Amino acid sequence: MPPERAEAPHAPLIRLARRPWFYAATGAVLVWLLVVASAEGRGAWATLGTALGFGTFYVITGLGQMLVIAAGPGNIDLSIPSMMTLAGYLGMGLMGGENGRLALGFLLAFGLGLAGGAANLLLIRLFAIPPMIATLAAGLVMQSVTIAYSRGSTAKPPPLLLDAALAHLGPLPLIALGALLLSAVMALLMSRSVFGRTLLALGQNARAAYLAGLRTGPAHAAAYLLSGVFAALAGFWLAAYSGGASLNMAEDFLLMSIAVVVLGGSRVSGGAVSVGGLWGASLLLYLIVTLLNVWTVSAGLRYVLTGLIILLVLGLSGER
Amino acid sequence: MPPDASRPRLSAPFRLSPLAARPLLAALALLLMFAVIVWREPRAASYLGLRLLLNFSIPLMFAAFAAMAVIVLGDIDLGLGPFIGLANVISARWLAGNPSLAALLLVLSLLAYAAMGALIAARRLPSIVITLGASFIWLGAGLLILPTPGGAAPDWLAALLRLHTPFVPLPLWLAVALALAGQILFITSPAGVVLRGFGGAPEALIRAGWSLIAAKSFLYGLAGAFGILAGLALTGINTTGDANFGTPYTLLAIAAVIVGGGEFAGGIVSPPGTVIGALILLLSGALLSFLDVSTDWQLSVQGGILILVLALRALLRKRDAHAA
Amino acid sequence: MTGDPGGGSAPFIRLEGIVKRFGAIEALRGVSLAIPPATTLALLGHNGAGKSTLMNILAGTLRPDRGAILIAGEDHAAHWQARRAYGLGIRCVFQELSLCPNLDAVENTRILHREISGRGWRRRTEALLEETLGRIFGGAKLDLRHPVGGLSLAARQMIEIARAFLPIPAPPRLVILDEPTSSLGAQAAEALLRFLPEAHRDGTAVIFISHRLREVLTHCRRVVGMRDGEITAERDAAELTPEGLVELMGSARAAATSDEARAKERDRVRVSLRLPSLPGGPSALIAREAEIVGLAGLDGHGQRASLLRLFAAAQGARMPDVRLDGRVAYVSGDRPREGVFPLWTVGHNLTVGLIRRIQRWGWLSAAQEREIAEDWRGRLQVRAPSIATPILALSGGNQQKVLIARALAAEPDILLLDDPMRGVDIGTKRELFAVLRDEAARGRTILLYTTETEELVHCDRTYVFFEGRLADEIPRAAFNEERLLRASFAHAA
Repeated sequence: MPPERAEAPHAPLIRLARRPWFYAATGAVLVWLLVVASAEGRGAWATLGTALGFGTFYVITGLGQMLVIAAGPGNIDLSIPSMMTLAGYLGMGLMGGENGRLALGFLLAFGLGLAGGAANLLLIRLFAIPPMIATLAAGLVMQSVTIAYSRGSTAKPPPLLLDAALAHLGPLPLIALGALLLSAVMALLMSRSVFGRTLLALGQNARAAYLAGLRTGPAHAAAYLLSGVFAALAGFWLAAYSGGASLNMAEDFLLMSIAVVVLGGSRVSGGAVSVGGLWGASLLLYLIVTLLNVWTVSAGLRYVLTGLIILLVLGLSGER
Repeated sequence: MPPDASRPRLSAPFRLSPLAARPLLAALALLLMFAVIVWREPRAASYLGLRLLLNFSIPLMFAAFAAMAVIVLGDIDLGLGPFIGLANVISARWLAGNPSLAALLLVLSLLAYAAMGALIAARRLPSIVITLGASFIWLGAGLLILPTPGGAAPDWLAALLRLHTPFVPLPLWLAVALALAGQILFITSPAGVVLRGFGGAPEALIRAGWSLIAAKSFLYGLAGAFGILAGLALTGINTTGDANFGTPYTLLAIAAVIVGGGEFAGGIVSPPGTVIGALILLLSGALLSFLDVSTDWQLSVQGGILILVLALRALLRKRDAHAA
Repeated sequence: MTGDPGGGSAPFIRLEGIVKRFGAIEALRGVSLAIPPATTLALLGHNGAGKSTLMNILAGTLRPDRGAILIAGEDHAAHWQARRAYGLGIRCVFQELSLCPNLDAVENTRILHREISGRGWRRRTEALLEETLGRIFGGAKLDLRHPVGGLSLAARQMIEIARAFLPIPAPPRLVILDEPTSSLGAQAAEALLRFLPEAHRDGTAVIFISHRLREVLTHCRRVVGMRDGEITAERDAAELTPEGLVELMGSARAAATSDEARAKERDRVRVSLRLPSLPGGPSALIAREAEIVGLAGLDGHGQRASLLRLFAAAQGARMPDVRLDGRVAYVSGDRPREGVFPLWTVGHNLTVGLIRRIQRWGWLSAAQEREIAEDWRGRLQVRAPSIATPILALSGGNQQKVLIARALAAEPDILLLDDPMRGVDIGTKRELFAVLRDEAARGRTILLYTTETEELVHCDRTYVFFEGRLADEIPRAAFNEERLLRASFAHAA
């Protein structure tokens, strides 16, 4: 029997507290205030700017992971960190530090992302390999291609790209602005497009989606392709942002890309996403780092706190 | 029986021609790999050669068993690697100087793992996010204990791992022992039947009056125990501690279970297969270097092995479906 | 309740005034039943009569809301559960199998019987299981060491039956068999029925649920009829004929009279599906424009499978035995599993069926969606504060209205309804049927599979299914419950 309950109208505050992104966003604001208070008001905007800069990479990879997770139980992309490193290295390598080959490098990263996503899809759909193992295996291959390629190649970004990556528009980093734009498009896509609606329907109830006559196959494929592209672009920019690609530059992102999705209020078992929550969670996780740096607390405590927050938020929101 | 598609139909994996053949195939692959290594470097077959070759198989085998204890339920543990790192730093920091404190902490972390299983069962939470959240806690705790790599292994632990066993080196004895013990615990014993049953059709078990919470607590506890063993083995081999040592084991351990014949769902695992899977993944690196291929490609080979194994299974499944 | 007329001994178990509710639905309304030891008692009833609820209560997987479960004078109702029922010697063979597909027969036996342990348990259990299988099914050769998921349905059913009759620690006192013969195949079914007297010699009572009336009459001692959660009759099988059995389940109530004559039928065939038939049955399911066609019979006999085949064909699957002319939409009555998108509002749940038709360059207009959703909410009188209300906040009946609106909004030529009124209250049901008749009058073809006999009066013709085959085709004028029941139990008139 379906859980048939009549819902009483709630006070606005309670309704707000039920929004999936509420906890992450509130947490981010609180932590930011703490940071500002600890520094006695100095550098409030600079802190936010830095958080936005680094948080951007969580957001972009999180967007891809979010789409994949939205497709329903079992869907996950473990190849994100490998994709990032691969695109970062090969992109920087192709450009060889020359401004003139910027577009070429960018295109390469984009193409690699598509190819990586397609490889994941091929394994999942054609060979019926569970997404977790398929993306893990594809990720391992990408990782070793990167390792082999990284020998004796330059990983420095062209000066123009470095400037662009570090450029600010007022207090806002340029890349954060780009990510903001991308997020807006994605949010719109999820709520107002056939693709978004189909993907969310698939994630909530695959059987009902089929019986409603939706074409779930292309939506599922698009999720993986976009995840690959977002990871590749994030890797490309991250390599530029940190002044060059390195083999371990993305190792955080395996768990972080999942953590920001879950913490941001998207449903772990698929069917509901929150782009706003993704931002909240990314900023929260990065600001915690900042706060603990201000307090000169160790990295260990930061991880413990991150874990506790994830478990706590999941407990509060009662995700099933 | 009416041909009514709305009834639950048996899912394809179970149709696969004898599941028991999977570990055998894996064993054949392992022998083949070993044969190639010996062909290129005959000394690899000597006692000392084997020991060098298999040195790091001990933590991997333990880690793979930890992953298997959770996969048999149809769950996934994303926190295993950091947990192994935690056990590694606890033992490197205190086991030599303050063994009772180390023992206490290890027992507590084991209980935490079992409690995590109970929580997942009781609240029907997705294992993937709970273990993900926990992974940050394990890693953080590890870094709190040893912010930078350091510590030391107690002499007895290092000596234990260097033990000169008769005929073949320790890792091979351990592999046999683990395979046997696992086979008894998970496959042949009456209790193992119940544990696998929970992976196959939990509602049938609940209908027969078994407790899901008890089963999950036990298996997560078991995973914790094997994780601790893997961490101790790392300490003994490296004679030092590093909270990040364990990280690669999360995915490698899962891969070992799958290569050895396990499935993500349906309560299908093979303990001997898992041991063999771990050895295959470990030897893939050595194989490349003996073939004069850069070890840069080791990860590719590991990924390729996974893809090959699962693609073959999918092919067999298709053929079976046609035959049926 | 009368005692056992034959044996004269006290009943093994006696149920008194058992009541079981699921939400607002009363599945059992005060059932009293005495089960004598060492006899076979047949339980008969149409869909939804309460048979499986009663069986689950006997097996301990459900606890009654009220009533007593008396065994040897002691009332167990308050602490009734699976382990206790097992300990008292009650075994149940469920219709949806309760075997673990990844385990072999021996291992599945161990799941049920905790006593099995110690060295050599596998060998001992296998021997015992083999012996029991031999006693019941004769020489049937089964692979007891192969995961049961890879065995045929019949083999799995045999294993489950043998598992229940296994004398561990002693022969069972009561075995409940829920339609055991339907998946067994003729020979094995016959063997099982011949085994029953032997089981009685060990002191085992059997409750036998079947839709094959001949089996019931030849092999059961007592027959109990159920309807609407109550026991309607209890007779000696010797006193009964097949017609008498049908009467036991049905009421004498005449079929509701059909309502107003409908717009004249048109001839264009919209749907045709070839199916195997019973002697005297039709050979294909045909539905024309502006027609409501019923699919009836006992639940799970191929009606739903036929609808799903039609839908798959409409989605582009190759189906040589299907012919379709026009667009198709599907509505399932299994709302949580096959209909509702639980995280969405009423509006999104309603428009999801037609987003592919109203898109522009892949984008959807919020205003247009709102307009369509509001329109259909009004037309079907969905009782929801607004289209922005979460779908799960609605009652089951109103959720179902949304699902039907979803299908109709897509303007299909052919509407496939899979037991769409499940759990829908009577008022809503009436409203929905008015809508459906209206839509049919406009030329839509509607195929309605229902487990409720009363709903079939809305159909122009009704096909009756039996074990995947067509047993009868009843035109509206000739429709009555008796003819339906006969066909449902494959007892041709």
